[in-house]
Amino acid sequence: MSELVSRGRFGRFGGRYVPETLMPALEELEVAYEEARSDPAYHEELADYLREFVGRPTPLYLAERLSDDLGVLRVYLKREDLCHTGAHKINNTLAQVLLARRLGKTRIIAETGAGQHGVATATAAALFGLDCDIYMGEEDIGRQSLNVFRMRLLGARVIPVTSGSKTLKDATNETLRDWTASVRTTHYIIGSVVGPHPFPEMIRDFQSVIGREAREQILEAEGRLPDACVACVGGGSNSIGLFHPFVEDEDIELIGVEAGGRGLDTEEHGASLSAGRVGVLHGCETFLLYDDDGQIIPAHSVSAGLDYPGVGPEHSFLKDSGRARYVTVEDHDALKAFQKLSVLEGIIPAFESAHAISYLDRLAEETREAGGMKTVVLCLSGRGDKDVHQAEGFLSEMLDDEEVR
Amino acid sequence: MGGRLEACFDRLRTEGRAGLFPFITAGDPDLDFTRELLPLMTEAGADGFEVGVPFSDPLADGPTIQRSSMRSLAEGTRLSGVLEMVGDVRADIPDTPLVLMTYYNPIIAMGLAEFVRGASQVGADAVIVPDLPPEEADALLGIMNDYPLDPVFMLAPTSTQERIELVNDAGGGFIYYVGQMGVTGARDALDSDLGATLARINRVKNRPVLVGFGIKTPEQAAEVAGHADGVIVGSALIDVMEAQASRESKMRAACDYIASLREGLDRSKTVS
Repeated sequence: MSELVSRGRFGRFGGRYVPETLMPALEELEVAYEEARSDPAYHEELADYLREFVGRPTPLYLAERLSDDLGVLRVYLKREDLCHTGAHKINNTLAQVLLARRLGKTRIIAETGAGQHGVATATAAALFGLDCDIYMGEEDIGRQSLNVFRMRLLGARVIPVTSGSKTLKDATNETLRDWTASVRTTHYIIGSVVGPHPFPEMIRDFQSVIGREAREQILEAEGRLPDACVACVGGGSNSIGLFHPFVEDEDIELIGVEAGGRGLDTEEHGASLSAGRVGVLHGCETFLLYDDDGQIIPAHSVSAGLDYPGVGPEHSFLKDSGRARYVTVEDHDALKAFQKLSVLEGIIPAFESAHAISYLDRLAEETREAGGMKTVVLCLSGRGDKDVHQAEGFLSEMLDDEEVR
Repeated sequence: MGGRLEACFDRLRTEGRAGLFPFITAGDPDLDFTRELLPLMTEAGADGFEVGVPFSDPLADGPTIQRSSMRSLAEGTRLSGVLEMVGDVRADIPDTPLVLMTYYNPIIAMGLAEFVRGASQVGADAVIVPDLPPEEADALLGIMNDYPLDPVFMLAPTSTQERIELVNDAGGGFIYYVGQMGVTGARDALDSDLGATLARINRVKNRPVLVGFGIKTPEQAAEVAGHADGVIVGSALIDVMEAQASRESKMRAACDYIASLREGLDRSKTVS
């Protein structure tokens, strides 16, 4: 059950569907990454920054009150929310900035949805004094104004994207357009395990630090591997980062949680794997949301980071091969989980991660019905500070109505 | 294969002229307009056309073609409708090469085989898929092999010698040279390396080369034609039509513009 990467493909998924202008840059990046990958100096430098700057390893925290509440699950949270900048995104951006330096590129561009990847990119660019432009949909700029300010504070330029649905997919289009004009001097740091080869594979490798650490930590804590790994899936970088080091252990359930938005029976969700079909967008062949004429359907989720109509090709492969399963959680359930983790554990999760937390209720029910117990590692991909303002609108009514525990 | 394209390039060569291939987004503002416009532009001096299929996420295109695609999609244009329109217009311009240009996902949605069969049935001569480099094109090429439909691939200022050879070998019809870095869109100045890169391509090519991206004025068209077999003009043409309000004035402006490019080109000669 290995990854079967050949010519940049995971099974039938992936590839390199881009305009000719970008092909030479992708070939160059592939070579540079292969060189870096086998260069101990690169790994040492990266490990050093991950330790000293990002604060790795992040804890694997046993969420006792949450576990008690669920009854039949022993839940460990992989605390990516404790990474510098508040999410797992920095694992990738630092690694790519180091790569960009090897390539001699002086400018960094990136797309961002929730703004977490934009902040992580701006941070890494600031660390090395590189020029940095971040494309962000106008819709997301409205939802995530604090992250916009953070990026500016870090010296990046935030360029509003007004085309299409004005969200992550359109920001990605615009960044690719910039890159076709600027590729000789500029490196594009894609924020998730999507895009043309070698991005999905390379970013998977960078994010796999999550699963590698979690594996060591759970062995240390429990003396055994977990029964299940759970993580949210937008583009799918935190989930693939957690899953990858466990893929070969076929007894371990891998569960990706997609954005159910307002429900799969509406067109307003972000569940490419659960409700999409195979197509080509942003350089790779993968499950997507599109209509009968091939036009991309804008995704919807309360969480900007899951608001994407595609998914990383390796997830498509894991779904197709049956190695991982993918489920959905709707907006209102994610919001409830957002509140629940805050109250039970003193941890305010990102809306994205709250989707994974919410799914635990269903996993507990399944487990209870089967009459067992499960040890679960859940990737808490980011902290919820960025979402607090938005949550206030949704939740204050709920908090007023309910008795606070 | 590609009888009309071959005949067109033969004629251009004999006459010592450069080809003029306008790009238009099918269905902007609606398909009836496109159907009417193509024959008129032929009379105004166009040698062939690129008929663009609108797509929701046109990542190789600049603002002009993005807007044009959105107008067409808002009008309800579908790939099947574009094919039908091509079939209709074929009757009016029986010898003019018609090249379909579409992103890959609409083809996938229709089904590769159905698309290829449909396109060749309605009399399209070639297909350009900007997000499908030769490396990923095996499935489509395998089907196109059985039909008189040429696959056209692109080269760019960044293309290496290796890729020039790859595209030359894999493609049919002509080579589409992307004359500048970045997305489609009219520019005030041409890429200064244009001549040098085209010289590299001309040394290995065994099919005509058309240059697109960024060409706006008759003078630019003439300069480009000095290094290539013809030019593709898209965004500048759409800009000209966008500036007009009524259908009649859009068509008139388009034809006047095409005529001015024709005149500019006829002052130059092709290299081959």
